[in-house]
Amino acid sequence: MAQITLKPTKVPELYLECYNITPDAFAGKSLMEIADLDAHEGKIKVKLGDYFDIAGQSGNTVEETAIKIEGDCSKVKYIGNKMTAGSITINGNADMYVGGWMKGGKIHVMGNVDSFCGIAMEGGEILVEGNAQNHVGCAYRGDWRGMRGGTIRIKGSAGNDIGTFMLGGTIIIEKDAFIHVSTHAEGGTVIIKGNVQGRVGGQMVKGDIYVLGSVQYMLPGFKKVGSVEQKIDGTEATFTHYVGDLGERHPKSKGKEVYANLYVLES
Amino acid sequence: MPKWITQVGCPYCGASCDDLEVLVSDDGKRVLETRNACAIGNEIFHHAQSPSRPKLPRMRQPDGSMKEVSYDEAIDYTAKTLLAAKKPLIYGFGSTNCEGMSAVARVAEKGGAVLDNCASICHGPSFLAIFDNGYPSCTLGEAKNRADVVVFWGCNPMHAHPRHTSRYSIFPRGTFTAKGQMTRTIICVDPRETDTAKLADHHLMVKQGHDYDLFDAFRTVLRGHDIPDEVAGIPKKTILDAAKVMKNARFVMIFFGMGCTHTDGRNHNVDIAISLTRDLNAHTKASIMAMRGHYNIAGPGQVWSWQFGFPYCIDLSKGTHAHMNPGETSSIDLAMRGEIDCFVNVGTDAGAHFPIRAVEQLKKHPFITVDPNICMASEISDLHIPVRVVGVEEPGVVYRMDNVPIQFKKVVDGPEGVPSDEELFDRVYERMCELTETEPIWLLAKDHAKAATNAEQ
Ligand code: SF4
Repeated sequence: MAQITLKPTKVPELYLECYNITPDAFAGKSLMEIADLDAHEGKIKVKLGDYFDIAGQSGNTVEETAIKIEGDCSKVKYIGNKMTAGSITINGNADMYVGGWMKGGKIHVMGNVDSFCGIAMEGGEILVEGNAQNHVGCAYRGDWRGMRGGTIRIKGSAGNDIGTFMLGGTIIIEKDAFIHVSTHAEGGTVIIKGNVQGRVGGQMVKGDIYVLGSVQYMLPGFKKVGSVEQKIDGTEATFTHYVGDLGERHPKSKGKEVYANLYVLES
Repeated sequence: MPKWITQVGCPYCGASCDDLEVLVSDDGKRVLETRNACAIGNEIFHHAQSPSRPKLPRMRQPDGSMKEVSYDEAIDYTAKTLLAAKKPLIYGFGSTNCEGMSAVARVAEKGGAVLDNCASICHGPSFLAIFDNGYPSCTLGEAKNRADVVVFWGCNPMHAHPRHTSRYSIFPRGTFTAKGQMTRTIICVDPRETDTAKLADHHLMVKQGHDYDLFDAFRTVLRGHDIPDEVAGIPKKTILDAAKVMKNARFVMIFFGMGCTHTDGRNHNVDIAISLTRDLNAHTKASIMAMRGHYNIAGPGQVWSWQFGFPYCIDLSKGTHAHMNPGETSSIDLAMRGEIDCFVNVGTDAGAHFPIRAVEQLKKHPFITVDPNICMASEISDLHIPVRVVGVEEPGVVYRMDNVPIQFKKVVDGPEGVPSDEELFDRVYERMCELTETEPIWLLAKDHAKAATNAEQ
């Protein structure tokens, strides 16, 4: 795989919108052409070359293109926006929309990410070593088609609105989450390995949630139906099985209502 | 002879009463008395007469003092500052007319600004819920004529909208509510015993921050399922009783306020309230309405949705398309993150309403206030531009909380030489066009539209 290295040379005064830092935009381009790709700081159109030293070589195809960012991107939005293949590694933090609308490929962030990581994701993989802010794998405002596929793994904690309107794919939060997990979801799987404060599965139609820590406030719309043994992300354990949200509409299959499942580790 | 002007609109709260009567002096310059207005509505008409009102823009000087400057100078400064900034934020519009909002939108477009209104710190989350889940709403007239069960959830109209209960929601006699208050059952959901809660037949003292759980409990009960013995601090029996009252109603009207939109979960609290309204329609008729705060704060939602497709948090910095995503493009987030480098506060008081850390960030860059009066924002600004008071000195279209447009009147002349918001922003737009050597297309379009209307008449 051919690799392009980006080294941040200065910190923007405001925030940079680097919607072109994707293997899709870089593939088959020379270093000059990559440096000439557009970005925005507010209403000012800038070039990637104004903010990054660019070295290495891009692949002929998107699949063969790897991007490595050697430095902090705390003020850089939209890294990996809409990417379809290839890979991006960020040796530092990244701002909002990491892997937003992503369809394929891999993103690895060594630090933390801000909000909207993996928003409306359709496929591919995002791995964040640190924490994420809010709206991991959520839908865009007003869209009832949230995350449809792919995997997001946050090794730290996450805020609110995880997997809102989710239809498919997997989100794993290895530490704690705040509120609103899989709200309005109609599919997909969310695994929280730490504790959640509450509102787990509100207005949820279908899909699965696993909580390996505790849920501080259970929603009244979830009913305990039994207990099951399962192996989840390498952990084999007994879970209390709830179904819900009983307050929400549910489709029928073979004359029986299909509910969303919530599995909480038995203490 | 002083004369009474009738059917005057009140430019204060979201109830947007349009039945006020105002006594005006012989010379048509002073308001002497008002009828029908509540205490705060009355005050706004008298406040406009205050002799201490500024009549010229004031610019901050290097020594920190404020010096009066001409309108031309203020307009030039505003135009240049907006053009020079990488990402300006224009925010406010709690208290102006739709004509002003439309004019400012053209300035924002020209300046590549983010355009936001007070909904951002108020009913913005309601917009997000409406995007996600629809809005089964009605007019206040329908609420008055039909609703026999009225739910106030996280709102306190007795203080925030003083005549709401007498004009629309608790006391008035309507077509199918002929006995007024006697016909209506009032449910109030609020963690505090507010003056509205005191009027209610059922007060559910929800545990603070657990509204979502309580909404979920109501929905679960309505679908015939069991709930835990206590939800959000409310005993199961109380929830079952309240659910029964709603189910057996002829028409349920749910009014909600900041208690839903600005506690944890925000848009989701409203979203599930909308779901509950929909569920109730399986049993009876039900409708829901946001208790919008200011008399025309529903206005920017209408005007800008028509202009840009979004009601608030509109990022126009790209020049090619509008982008909206609260959490990123919302005023407080932009300010806190240091994402903007120029702030224009119009017809509101960001100085008083924003968190202090947000104001500190904003103060690092040019800060302009456009408001008829001295307020906290005007006093920390680099430039304060006074304008006429809409509804008192300037007529215009306003949208009531139920999105019904009302033509407001002017009752007296404004101070000489002081422009309206619309005039001011049209001049700023014109100056920006001059500076960028572009054609003021929107002004030409406006002249054209006016000429066409006049010809028709
Ligand atoms: S209720 Fe509101 S609109 Fe009506 S008079 Fe009072 S302040 Fe004005």
